[in-house]
Amino acid sequence: MMFKLGSTILKDIRILTRDRLGLIFMFVMPIVLAVVITAVQNSTFEMLNTNTVPMLICNRDTGEAGKQLETAITKAGMFDLKQVMPDVTDKEISEKMHAKDAVIAIIIPADFTLKIKQKSNETAKKALRNFGMQTDSIINDTSSVQPITLLYHPVLQESFRHSIQGALRSALLMVQNREVLKSLYFSLNETNLPDSLEQELMSSQVAINEVPVSRDGSRNIPNASQHNVPAWTVFAMFFIVISLGGSVVREKLNGSFVRLKTLPTNYLVALISKQITYLLVTFIQAAVVFSIGIWLFPVMGLPKLNLPADITGVVIVTLICGWCAVSYAIMIGVFAKTQEQANGIGAVSIVLMAAVGGLLVPSFAMPDSFTMVMKMSPLHWCLEAYYGLFLEGGKLKDVILNIIPLLGITFVIQLITLYGLKRKNLI
Amino acid sequence: MSNVAVRINNLGFTYPRQSVSCFSNLNLEVKEGERFGLFGPNGAGKTTLMNCMTGLLQFEEGSIQLLGHEIAHHKRSVNKLFGFVPQDLSYYQELSPAENLAFFGAWSGLHKTEIKNKTAELLEVLGLADVRNKKVEEFSGGMKRRVNLAIGVIHNPRILFLDEPTVGVDVHTRHAIINYLKHLNENGTTLIYTSHQLSEAEDLCNKVALIDDGKIIAHDTLNQLLIDHKEDGLEGLFINLTGKSYRDS
Repeated sequence: MMFKLGSTILKDIRILTRDRLGLIFMFVMPIVLAVVITAVQNSTFEMLNTNTVPMLICNRDTGEAGKQLETAITKAGMFDLKQVMPDVTDKEISEKMHAKDAVIAIIIPADFTLKIKQKSNETAKKALRNFGMQTDSIINDTSSVQPITLLYHPVLQESFRHSIQGALRSALLMVQNREVLKSLYFSLNETNLPDSLEQELMSSQVAINEVPVSRDGSRNIPNASQHNVPAWTVFAMFFIVISLGGSVVREKLNGSFVRLKTLPTNYLVALISKQITYLLVTFIQAAVVFSIGIWLFPVMGLPKLNLPADITGVVIVTLICGWCAVSYAIMIGVFAKTQEQANGIGAVSIVLMAAVGGLLVPSFAMPDSFTMVMKMSPLHWCLEAYYGLFLEGGKLKDVILNIIPLLGITFVIQLITLYGLKRKNLI
Repeated sequence: MSNVAVRINNLGFTYPRQSVSCFSNLNLEVKEGERFGLFGPNGAGKTTLMNCMTGLLQFEEGSIQLLGHEIAHHKRSVNKLFGFVPQDLSYYQELSPAENLAFFGAWSGLHKTEIKNKTAELLEVLGLADVRNKKVEEFSGGMKRRVNLAIGVIHNPRILFLDEPTVGVDVHTRHAIINYLKHLNENGTTLIYTSHQLSEAEDLCNKVALIDDGKIIAHDTLNQLLIDHKEDGLEGLFINLTGKSYRDS
């Protein structure tokens, strides 16, 4: 039995290593995926944190609030401001944006300072009345500040736009708070707010201390590599369906299968051999991608992948993820009637399982209606297990609750495969 | 040599989702040591019958015994007794002849040394020794056919099923294959053979059966059949018994 299995593994390895295109697909694809996705996500991260977004600013206000707003936006550090003359029309600004001068533009209305001051005075008086202090005028809550217009190019994604809006709102609040503070000070002291005090009051912001939650107590900040390398390694492992599913179908169709059925050996030996051979392939895939994350990413200017402390855990999770991926590919191969069917169904199903499994959209952002579907995707459990190790700094015991459903799904896939083989009279 | 190699009793077989049965109450006996030819027009049921005999198709009625073993009950042990050379090239084109023989030898239940010795012998006899390590996909049609035959006989089967083993090959390869089959038969292997090459069959077979519409319409030694039907060759006998109309249209 062991001799037969050994001979079959040798045969599978020989066929696999002679399929150069298949090998390139299996090993280059995950590397390209990991590098490209990490680089893209890293640049998005840097755009929000390091790089600047080109922004047109048309300040039609002649007062100081408009200038203060400009200064606050500049201090946000997120934008590369390009001044547009006040007499330029909204339409002309739109045209500039179509010409890709900037993806975002802000128009400060002409009476911005006036209206801000009026609004601030009213707010200050309201505050004083609430404090029980007399005010010398009647409060007319009639002034409304004309909104600042934010023009954005349609290519700007919603999440990115919200991020920009948040930065602008923060700058706007600075201007408004400054004016309210000045009004209050004047009402109480009948003198203007001293510049030094103004600076002190406006700059004393409470810092936010970001602390990533980790099981091992380390405070390593997760970077784009920690998120993307495990995720796209899982994706690549499951994409072995193209090679392995196709190999099973090819064997069924090319006649060798007919001969195998007439020989005194159970076809299960061939399936066990394929599982062992391709499990080895998925393991090497993961090792190659992780090595690139550790050694090549820093050279390429990408954040380094930090391996978890529990290497044994990583090895075991990788083997279980690989086994699930290989089992799935064999199941597709057993049921597909042609290689085209195996490739088509295999590829589409993996992309769908990746989408619902949290590879494309974070699982916490999934709608409730998708929770059940998400839990049926083996890629979800693979990803959760890897994240438990790579992001949360956990050990094998911490991800056992992710491994158990993954093993459950693998057993179900194996049972379905056996049923398919039995139904087709192959075992 | 008078033992029965293949005994088919009341065989009934219908393909799934088809209303008309392929065989009904079919009976056939092939003695050990015979070079048995199974002939018939396209669609007559030759390949289906061969697939039933080799266990590739599961029949619903009757029984098939190979050397006294019921194939429905002892599939794995019976599989050791026979070799099969399918019409399609049934091996891995990405591998060399030696690698194919090593793999199929192991699956046939041979040990490492047996495989090594038998591989060397077969490659020599079938003129493949010089290309033993070349990929089969680079071979000519005749060489591919010889590899197909070598794999079918690596485990010295007592019965050898051959489904059109010489289709698409040149005269030299055909002669080499037929001579090798005769050599195997002289060493005790029962041959069960189908082909459309009737002149080749006349040369090889000492017993023939004609099958048409799933029924055995003639079964005897070739000489006796020719005498009975007053024909001087297998082709005339074939036309005489099966008619001239197309069967697979």
